[in-house]
Amino acid sequence: RRNEINVTTKYSTTPPDSDPSQRRRVHSMLKHYYGLNEEGKVTEQAESLDPCDINGPHFDPEVYLNKLRMECSLGELMDHESCMVKQIRSLDSDMQTLVYENYNKFISATDTIRKMKNDFKKMEDEMDCLSANMAAITEFSAHISGTLQDQHAQITKLSGVHTLLRKLQFLFELPARLNKCLELQAYAQAVSAHRRARCVLQQYSHMPSFRGIQDDCHVIMEQLAQQLRQKFRDGGSSAKDLSECVELLLQLDEPAEELCDKFLSHAQSRFEADLQGLEAELKDSPVTDTGGGLVQKTNPGSNPVSPSSSSTTNPFLSPTAGTDILEFIDRGCNEFVSSLCLVIASYQELFINRPQEGELASKNIPEMANGKLHVFVDTLAARYFSLVERRIQEEKGVSDNSLLVRALDRFHRRLQAISKLLPGSAVPSQGTEIVVRAARERIKQYLSALQTFYHDSLTDVRQALAAPRQSAGGASVSGGGATSKDATPSLPELLTSLSNFILNQLKSVLASVHLFTAKDITFSNKPYFKGEFCSQGVREGLVVSFIKFICQSSRQYCESAGDRGGSTPPALLLLLSRLCLDYETSTISYILTLTDEQFLVQHHTPVTPVTALCAEAREAAQKLLNHYVKVQGLIISQMLRKSVETRDWVNTIEPRNVRAVMKRVVEDTTSIDVQVGLLYEEGVRKAHSSDSSKRTFSVYSSSRQQIRYAPSYTPSAPMDTNLLSNIHKLFSERIDIFSPVEFNKVSVLTGIIKISLKTFLECVRLRTFGRYGLQQIQVDCHYLQMYLWRFVSDENLVHFLLDEIVGSAAHRCLDPSPMEQSVIEVICERG
Amino acid sequence: FVNKLQYLARIDRARALTAQTAETDAIRFLVGTQSLKFDNQIHIIDFDDENNVINKSVLLHDAGEIWHISGSPADKAVLTTCYSKTSESRVLTCAAVWRMPPEWESGNHESPDDSSNNPQTLELLCHLDNTAHGSVACVLWEPMGDGKRVISLAENHVLLWDLQESSTKATISSSATLEGKGQLKFTAGKWSPHHNNTQLATANDTAIRGWDLRSMSQIYCIENAHGQLVRDLDFNPNKQYYLASCGDDCKVKFWDVRHINEPVKCLEEHSHWVWSVRYNHSHDQLLLTGSSDSRVILSNMVSISSEPFGHLVDDDELSDNEESQQEDKGKEPLQDSIIATYEEHEDSVYAVEWSAADPWLFASLSYDGRLVINRVPRALKYRILL
Repeated sequence: RRNEINVTTKYSTTPPDSDPSQRRRVHSMLKHYYGLNEEGKVTEQAESLDPCDINGPHFDPEVYLNKLRMECSLGELMDHESCMVKQIRSLDSDMQTLVYENYNKFISATDTIRKMKNDFKKMEDEMDCLSANMAAITEFSAHISGTLQDQHAQITKLSGVHTLLRKLQFLFELPARLNKCLELQAYAQAVSAHRRARCVLQQYSHMPSFRGIQDDCHVIMEQLAQQLRQKFRDGGSSAKDLSECVELLLQLDEPAEELCDKFLSHAQSRFEADLQGLEAELKDSPVTDTGGGLVQKTNPGSNPVSPSSSSTTNPFLSPTAGTDILEFIDRGCNEFVSSLCLVIASYQELFINRPQEGELASKNIPEMANGKLHVFVDTLAARYFSLVERRIQEEKGVSDNSLLVRALDRFHRRLQAISKLLPGSAVPSQGTEIVVRAARERIKQYLSALQTFYHDSLTDVRQALAAPRQSAGGASVSGGGATSKDATPSLPELLTSLSNFILNQLKSVLASVHLFTAKDITFSNKPYFKGEFCSQGVREGLVVSFIKFICQSSRQYCESAGDRGGSTPPALLLLLSRLCLDYETSTISYILTLTDEQFLVQHHTPVTPVTALCAEAREAAQKLLNHYVKVQGLIISQMLRKSVETRDWVNTIEPRNVRAVMKRVVEDTTSIDVQVGLLYEEGVRKAHSSDSSKRTFSVYSSSRQQIRYAPSYTPSAPMDTNLLSNIHKLFSERIDIFSPVEFNKVSVLTGIIKISLKTFLECVRLRTFGRYGLQQIQVDCHYLQMYLWRFVSDENLVHFLLDEIVGSAAHRCLDPSPMEQSVIEVICERG
Repeated sequence: FVNKLQYLARIDRARALTAQTAETDAIRFLVGTQSLKFDNQIHIIDFDDENNVINKSVLLHDAGEIWHISGSPADKAVLTTCYSKTSESRVLTCAAVWRMPPEWESGNHESPDDSSNNPQTLELLCHLDNTAHGSVACVLWEPMGDGKRVISLAENHVLLWDLQESSTKATISSSATLEGKGQLKFTAGKWSPHHNNTQLATANDTAIRGWDLRSMSQIYCIENAHGQLVRDLDFNPNKQYYLASCGDDCKVKFWDVRHINEPVKCLEEHSHWVWSVRYNHSHDQLLLTGSSDSRVILSNMVSISSEPFGHLVDDDELSDNEESQQEDKGKEPLQDSIIATYEEHEDSVYAVEWSAADPWLFASLSYDGRLVINRVPRALKYRILL
């Protein structure tokens, strides 16, 4: 034994308590070894059949050793061996610890057992004493119960009689009690009392006394029911009272259907008042004569001076004057929708959700009641909706959209309550439809508002354009850009301000419309507002339509003005053309990108592509510019034509001056040049020398003219007159007079000059000239030559047309003796 | 397969062109020259359809440069001209009735190039004396008449003349004057072939007016018919209320004179003033216009013609390759369209005219004296006929 203790001390240098987990592990391993699991039962299955598992129950040392020897190298074997030795050693120590512990426990157990032996002996004595006492008690008890037997039976019987009497008393007192309840209006008590008695009375109704009571009760209950019905009908009571009423009536076997109807009709009357109140707020309410009198009092906005009916005829005194749509919707929500919800809730509580008991269950009340409720709510909601829609339609002003959106939001939000209360109802979806319709309507209104705005801004521009002309008179329209700039805005300023106005207006409209899709708006997550509203509504219906409208109205300027003498000022045409061109180059894509970004448009349906719009805008710009050229060309043409047609060219005097009209033509052309230059880029012209006006002298050299005109004098060769010009024509391209122009200054000016000179030519060909007539034309043409070449893209064009004019004039001349070139130059230079 | 035949004839500067109205066998056009320096001439252009040859004869018109020419509907030798006469440094346009010498055909026919040698002179029948009324813009023969009545438009007067004693004497039978602000001047006119030849349409400035010749009073007035000057008009030969006009706004407009507020249709194909518009005499969907953009345009105005709309082509008759390719097109009713744009001219075209003898042939005259004779494309011709 000492040996063992020594061993223990030797190994307990590390206290076993210090590592409980290790101890447990060791325990479990031991347990395992002895085939005990946690519960102490013998485990049935062997966990591992592997003979090499050193911890397994089937461990075969021989096999294991052989395996090791075969698989491992010497070093590994050595390692294995030392590891094994270590493990064995630790196992040994563990075992010793265990043995020691168990030994201790065993000793203490022996002590305990010895102690118990002593205690039990003492207890045995006490137990004996106890059993003796118990026997005595039993004896006494038997004795007592024997004596009390008779009295007990009597008491039981007496108490039975007592309860019966109490019940009878209740029955006899019932009529009086019911009466009293009736007096006190404690209907609930009365009904419950009656219910309790009803079965008994029914059962014993063959006995006359009970029958009397029953009859009395019937009468009283009838009275009570009457009173309840009365109360129910009066409707003055609160919803809670009402529901109590209904409950009692139901308990009194009142038919549920009738009650439903009554309940609903009662509610109806109240809604009627609400609806009429709302209707009275509408401008053109036709209801004023039916329920207006009552409603009018509730309406604070009504004018005390005018009675209800007359106030509707006067728009300034109309009751809606004071209430905006938000107030209206608010009122509708607070009065109508909330009480509707209340009614629905109480109705459902009364008829649908109540616990079904007894015979009530069989009548299938909830289904019937539900059906009635749906019909009821639907009809009321329809009326409410029609009122709301009428009110929304009155909302014409587009100044503040947020009010409408908020009103709609509130409207929609409150309807959600109904959908929660009444899951199958169509009311919320109808409400959504109303909102959708309102939104559509709104977009239309915005579009028309934009259109009006556009027209108004154009009118403003028109006026601004007209102003300088009035002040400056005929002197120079815009030639002195510096002088007129101070007084009135110049064309580019007008253009930028116009385009900014439009853009800002469009942006603000977009912002307004955007309110419909704001996150906090309940209906913004409806599919319509997510998809169609953005793409079809805002993008197509509003933005694209507006852009198209601009293009279209611009084109109308070309058409309407074309025949009827051009009421549109040319500057406006030019400005609009530039506007459309700007739209084509940048604004359209900017607007559409802005829209798409703001509204996160997902295009499910095909939408107008940007390119199509741009093409349209470009077309409009082109048309406007062409028209501008035409109009300006026409103005100058008209001057030239008048000057040619009204003059007697045969009897004119020798030219001393350039005719005033030519100076005017040059002046006007210059001012057009300035005007166009304000809005359009220079453009490209064919290369020419820096001093073209000088070079043209060679074209007009007298020698060449002599060659040209000389053959006309020889009567033998009439064909030769045309030869030169025909050769010229052969090599020059055909000139299209009213051809489309490009978007630059040079092209525009070329167009105008072409038109003017061609008119000049045609007019000259219709006249007959004397000698000085021809010379005057020469002078005029030379003057034009000097000044017009710089405006056009190809100066040869001007040369050619002027050549043609002089040529035609020479041909139409009775006495063709042309003026000396030098003289012409002198006259022209003199101005 | 030649679709379009074109023949060029060179004349001096000229504006006046007419078909010889009474001539129904030969394809013949008359052109009046415009020259202040030389003797003016009337060129008789004969087109030999079979040989595709142009024959030119020249008659001398020594009264002055010719602004307008018009052939009698009854006698192919009789014609009127409007010519300008310069006297005492005053230019006045007069009108006269002439007869072509009977021997012109035999005389000059063989040697057209030799015309300068001794051209025969027109025989003056009578003057339409207008000294009291001012310059004559045009002279109109009664359509399909007996050649005894003409109308001349002088400044703002409409004068109806009776030609008596085989056109040697002209008397004014009735007249009307257009009153109004400013200096009014007729630019063009047309005698309507409908209503028993009792109606006339005139153009002055931007307005078109209709006249009743019995009462010599205005019956309608289309104010602002064109944006600018109206240059010419023509009556639809088959639809009595329809009228085409053209003007300086580059447009050709079609009017129903019963509804004068809006034109029935409007064409805007030319790029400069349109000087002349002519309905084909038999197929009124064919319309010819000449413009100072040097183009002649032949249009097919089916929708407002007297022909039943949607005339179908019988495909069996068309055996050519080209036609069979157009089979699909042929099934569809013809749309209003430009048939062809003729660009042979290099100067302004002031006159276009259909041939009186061959309804598929027309001539156009430009200022530089070039006369071009063209045919309606054969495919279209067949489509209309079949």
